[in-house]
Amino acid sequence: MTTDNEVVLEARGIIKTFGNHAALKGVDISFRRGEVHALLGENGAGKSTLIKIVTGAYIPDGGTIHLEGQPVSFATPQQAQSLGIGTVYQEVNLLPNMTVSDNLFIGRQPTSAGIVNRKATDEMAREVLSRYGLDIDVRAELSTYSVAVQQIVAIARAVELSGKVLILDEPTASLDRHEVDKLFQIIRTLKARGLAIVFITHFLDQVFELSDRVTVLRNGSLIGSERIDALNRTSLVRMMLGKDLVQHHHTPVEGQAEGGETLMTVRQLGLTGKVQPIDLEIRKGEVVGVAGLLGSGRTEMARLMFGIDIADSGGLHIDGRERVVRSAREAVDLGFGFCPEDRKADGIFGDLSVRENIVIAMQARLGWFKALNRDEQMEIAGNFIEALDIRTASADLPVKLLSGGNQQKVILARWLATDPRFLILDEPTRGIDVGAHAEIVRMISRLREDGLALVVISSELDEIVSYSSRVVVMRDRTLVAELEGADITPSKIVQSIAGQAGEPVAEVTA
Amino acid sequence: MRRLSLSDIAKPQLLALAFILVLNWMVFPGFFNVTWQDGRLFGSLIDVINRGAPVAILAIGMTAIIATRGVDLSVGAVMAVAGAVAATSAVAGQPLIVTLAGALLVGLACGLWNGSLVAFLGIQPFVATLVLMVAGRGVAQLITEGSIVTFSDPALIFVGTGSVLGLPMPAVIALILMIAAHLVMRRTAIGLFVEAIGTNLSAANYTGLRARTVILGLYAFGGCCAALAGVIAAADIRGADANNAGLWLELDAILAVVIGGTSLLGGRFSIPMSVLGAVIIQAMNTGILVSGLPPEFNLIVKASVIILILVMQSDRVAEVVSRRFGRMTTRGK
Repeated sequence: MTTDNEVVLEARGIIKTFGNHAALKGVDISFRRGEVHALLGENGAGKSTLIKIVTGAYIPDGGTIHLEGQPVSFATPQQAQSLGIGTVYQEVNLLPNMTVSDNLFIGRQPTSAGIVNRKATDEMAREVLSRYGLDIDVRAELSTYSVAVQQIVAIARAVELSGKVLILDEPTASLDRHEVDKLFQIIRTLKARGLAIVFITHFLDQVFELSDRVTVLRNGSLIGSERIDALNRTSLVRMMLGKDLVQHHHTPVEGQAEGGETLMTVRQLGLTGKVQPIDLEIRKGEVVGVAGLLGSGRTEMARLMFGIDIADSGGLHIDGRERVVRSAREAVDLGFGFCPEDRKADGIFGDLSVRENIVIAMQARLGWFKALNRDEQMEIAGNFIEALDIRTASADLPVKLLSGGNQQKVILARWLATDPRFLILDEPTRGIDVGAHAEIVRMISRLREDGLALVVISSELDEIVSYSSRVVVMRDRTLVAELEGADITPSKIVQSIAGQAGEPVAEVTA
Repeated sequence: MRRLSLSDIAKPQLLALAFILVLNWMVFPGFFNVTWQDGRLFGSLIDVINRGAPVAILAIGMTAIIATRGVDLSVGAVMAVAGAVAATSAVAGQPLIVTLAGALLVGLACGLWNGSLVAFLGIQPFVATLVLMVAGRGVAQLITEGSIVTFSDPALIFVGTGSVLGLPMPAVIALILMIAAHLVMRRTAIGLFVEAIGTNLSAANYTGLRARTVILGLYAFGGCCAALAGVIAAADIRGADANNAGLWLELDAILAVVIGGTSLLGGRFSIPMSVLGAVIIQAMNTGILVSGLPPEFNLIVKASVIILILVMQSDRVAEVVSRRFGRMTTRGK
């Protein structure tokens, strides 16, 4: 770790404006060879815009970019890529229905007489991936592998194509702890090879674990760019938020589970191959936290409760009746709401306005003919924009222009507008900045106090512990433990997740 | 807060229509002449809205289908089927009401068929409606028994050639249908549901929208519109021609919708703008006809104008223009 690594990519005075909104107000940043550079900021701080500019996806309205001392301007991402800047986005954008080796070498396969030499391609793919410690069948379709493997393939492809700067946009968002460790190993290897690595994340632990340098953006301005050893957690959070944030105070939720009357009982609810039959009681005024690793069946259980998938065993006992929810429509009629894990794919209507996104579930419940007119829509949307502090220039802005945290609030508002009695939140704080994170956690507690029944799925144990009245732990598509009262601690949850299987689960740093 | 785009300055479709009309006037000075004769209006302009009506009616039904990322390729064939049903019914001496109801019911059935394939079997709309596009003409030929069925029922003929308040009947029907469809879309929640489904079908399902029912309904409505257009086309020539009625009109209808600004990728839509698209297409056709140019030019000119309109609608062009425009204003300050 030398202090004066050579600068590879430097951007100066970058300005970008969307309409009247200044996304970047003259930001300077430089990335150095052999350094992991963490880029931090709340949602809407301008991280994505900055990345899109240095990778050629956006053209800046002002400022200069220098690559190895030479001024450059990228018209397209391909151009940036060919000059050495590779990017791996949060949503892996490879071709899931093609083979691993196709994905690595598409467009530049070795050919003989114009015909792709498959054997040579596969051989090269195997060799490339072995450098990443990955020994997989490169002729299998990419989609047959886990997101973690796909991510490594994406990184390998980006490094092969570019090789000077590697930009990782929230690479750990959908990985579990083991996979994160593996990814970090790979990043360290690449760093040793002299790549400049840019790392965007929301996890402060990971910043301290991996980075050499940190740059913080807030509201489109550069707040600071520091070597990591010059910082501690508090100073970093202060830079990000511009205020001191109360950090991780464990207040175990005790005794609040009492008095909640049963809303419904889940009885032997299951779907062959997805979720083993589950029993669970849901009470009013209670948050049931659901913990478990990715693929443990957490989301699948939620989908069964909400009728996205139809259970083939058991059902719900609600309102004195036994029933199986066969569609989201039925779930909504029962007064259920569901904020799905993948906001972009299953949650927001990107091109529709914030107003329409908020009223849509309520309107769906009202039916086709009791249409809310524009004024009524405005009033409802306005109320929720205010109550949930949704930051948008106007209720008529397309929701896709909002930051992730605000989009999540819009989806929450959509369900709250239907006056639900049961809400399922699947990873409600994933990919959301620290500030919005705290707000959503507060909101969950407030809804519980208002008497709602909630099921909240989350990978963040501190978070689950802070708001859950009960915690159920899932492993291998089945419910393995139910923790109450004083048992709700991160270490107990980790123990349950690890279970008899004895998997070495890394202690979660708090 | 919105990005400045051309469509904020003026609807490109209106500019295009004005441009075409002026061009028509230049090649044919009498283009704007409208005369009153025998209780009805005559002139090239009237001809445009009269001849454009069938495509406009198809476009009315097609708009919301396209807004859900669908398409209905069968409307031309459904026109032929409905025309055949109407003609045989008229020949059999049925009153107009029975003839109309029969044709519309057949259109509804065709639409429900398409809609079921798309909504419930999950077949891609392009393929699902291709089935009826091919089979429909066969059905129409079976109904007409291979010949052109001509009729002389004055009530049915009035639907295609009559006039109300001096305006040609087909145009009046298209206008009323446009207003009714627009009001149904915007005064009920259906328009919002359609846009939600077209924007993100998965999210629509998670929200508890009855997406399948909405999609089924849209194809059913599209079938009815096609049947109505088919009756008008048959009434206009006083006969049902299973081979040629509505031939290729599905393409004009799709074009009208796209010119009207509804994206083939689904989402926002406007029925009146689609009708404007149909009028633009017909204005071009009529213009070439009255100008004395060989009709072969029609297709080439049409293609050029369409490219022009699509370029004007393109987001990318709007971005470039607004960037230029934005820079000029900042420099000016």
